[in-house]
Amino acid sequence: MKARQKRLVLVGLALVGVAGATTLALSALQSNISYFFSPSQVMASEHPTDAVFRVGGLVVKDTLARQEDGLTVHFEVTDNAAVVPVSYTGILPDLFSEGQGVVAKGRIGDDGVFYAEEVLAKHDESYMPPEVADTLQTAHVDGIVEQTTGTEPPRSMTQ
Amino acid sequence: MTINWFKFASPAAFYPIAGRLIPWFSGIALALVLVGLFWGFFLTADQLGGSNPQKEYYRIIYVHVPAAWMSMWLYLVLAGWSAIGLVFNTRLSFMMAKAVAPTGAIFTFLALWTGALWGRPSWGTYWDWDPRLTSELLLFFLYIGYIALHSAIDDTRRADRAAALLAIVGLVMVPVIFLSINCPDPNQCASLHQRSDPGSIHLSILIPMLTMTLGLWSYSFAAVFARLRTIILTRESDNAWVRDVIAQETTA
Amino acid sequence: MMEFFSQGGYAGYVWGAFGMTFGLLLIEVLQLRSSRKTTLTRIRRLLRLRAPRQDSAGAAPQRGTSGPTS
Repeated sequence: MKARQKRLVLVGLALVGVAGATTLALSALQSNISYFFSPSQVMASEHPTDAVFRVGGLVVKDTLARQEDGLTVHFEVTDNAAVVPVSYTGILPDLFSEGQGVVAKGRIGDDGVFYAEEVLAKHDESYMPPEVADTLQTAHVDGIVEQTTGTEPPRSMTQ
Repeated sequence: MTINWFKFASPAAFYPIAGRLIPWFSGIALALVLVGLFWGFFLTADQLGGSNPQKEYYRIIYVHVPAAWMSMWLYLVLAGWSAIGLVFNTRLSFMMAKAVAPTGAIFTFLALWTGALWGRPSWGTYWDWDPRLTSELLLFFLYIGYIALHSAIDDTRRADRAAALLAIVGLVMVPVIFLSINCPDPNQCASLHQRSDPGSIHLSILIPMLTMTLGLWSYSFAAVFARLRTIILTRESDNAWVRDVIAQETTA
Repeated sequence: MMEFFSQGGYAGYVWGAFGMTFGLLLIEVLQLRSSRKTTLTRIRRLLRLRAPRQDSAGAAPQRGTSGPTS
C-alpha cells in the first residue's frame, strides 16, 4: 500500500512537472508574440503606452547615427510600410547592420521615439565565405531571394 | 528467401548483434567527427561575408545544427519504438526506447548550450523566448520527463508503458520545433531564427556540417546499442542465455 | 597557432560550444562503460550466489546445471 502510494505521488509529480513546464513555456511564448509589434502597428498606435514591448523590422539604410557620447545610437526600423525611430544606449550585437533585421525591446517616449533597452540582431540564412559572397554579387543573390520567396509575400527590400 | 525479422526482435538474438555493431559505429563516428572538425576548422573561411557577415563564432554551426537535428531525430526514434512497443507488446522495443532517451536528452541540451553560445555574439543574447528556442527547451523537458517517469515506477512493464505514452504525446513538439521558424516575412515575427535552407549554405560549410551530423548519428547508434546491451542484461538476468553470455564476457 | 586558439577573439564561445559537446559525449561513453562493468559484476555475483544454494539443497542436480564452478 505504502509503496504504491509513493509511486502514485512520484508519477503525479512527474506529470505535474511536465504540465507546468508546458504551461510556463507556452504562456511565455504567448506573451512574447503578443508583445511584438511591427512599425505599422506602432504608427497606428496599437502598442501599449505604459509597458515594455518589442518592435521588429529592418534597419533603414543610412539612418544609423552615433551620438556624441559614443554609446548612444539612433536608427530607424521599418516593415516597408511605416518607420519607427529608435534610440539605444549600449553595445550593438555583431550582426547589427543597416538593411538587416532587428528586434528591439523597450518603450515608446512622448516624443514618438522608441527607447530600446535591448537590441537583438537577426541573422540571414546565407552562409558564404567572403570571396564567394563578393563574386556572387547582388544579381545572383537577388535571384535566390526571388526563387525562395516566389510563393510568399515579399520578404524584404534588401536593395 | 525470406528473413524472419522477428528472430532479431528477441533480446537474446539482438544482444550479440548490437555487440558486433558497436565497434563499427564507434569507428565510423570517430573518423567522421575528426574529418568534420579538421575540415570545419582548417579548410573553411574564418569569417563569413555577404549579408550574413558572421565572425569566427559561426563555426558553432558544426556542432549546433547536428546536435539540434539529432535531438529531434532521436525523439522520433524514442516515440517510434514506444509506439511499436505499445502496439505489438514487444520487449525489445521498450528497451530500445529506454536506451535512446539519455542520448537524446544530451543532444537536446547540447543544442541549447551551443545555441546560447552562438546567440550571444551574433544576436546579442544567450536566450530569448524565440519559438524555436522555447520548443527545443520543451523537448528537453520531455526527455527528462520520460527518464524521470520511467525511473519513478518500480514495475518495469508499467514504467515502459507509462513512459511510452508520454513519449507519444510529446511527439507533437517535433513538428512545432521544425516549423517554428518558417515565418515568411521577417518583419512580421519576433523569431530570431531565420528560415534555414541548405541551398543557401556554401558547400565548403555544408559538407563539414553534414559530416559532423553523420558522425554524431553514428555515435548515437554506438551509445544507444551499448546502453541497450546493459538494459537487456539487467532485465533478462534470470534467463539461461545470460548465464552463458556472462561466462564469456570480459569485464573490460 | 595562437591565432587558431583565439578564434578571432571568440575563443570562449567557440571552445565553450565544442568543449561542452565533446566533454559530455566523453562523459556518456565513460558512464556507459562503468554501468556495463557494474551490471556484469552484479549479475555474476547473483549467479554465484544462486548456484551453490541449488546444489546444497540436497536434491539431485536437475537440468543440466553444472555444480559450483570453483
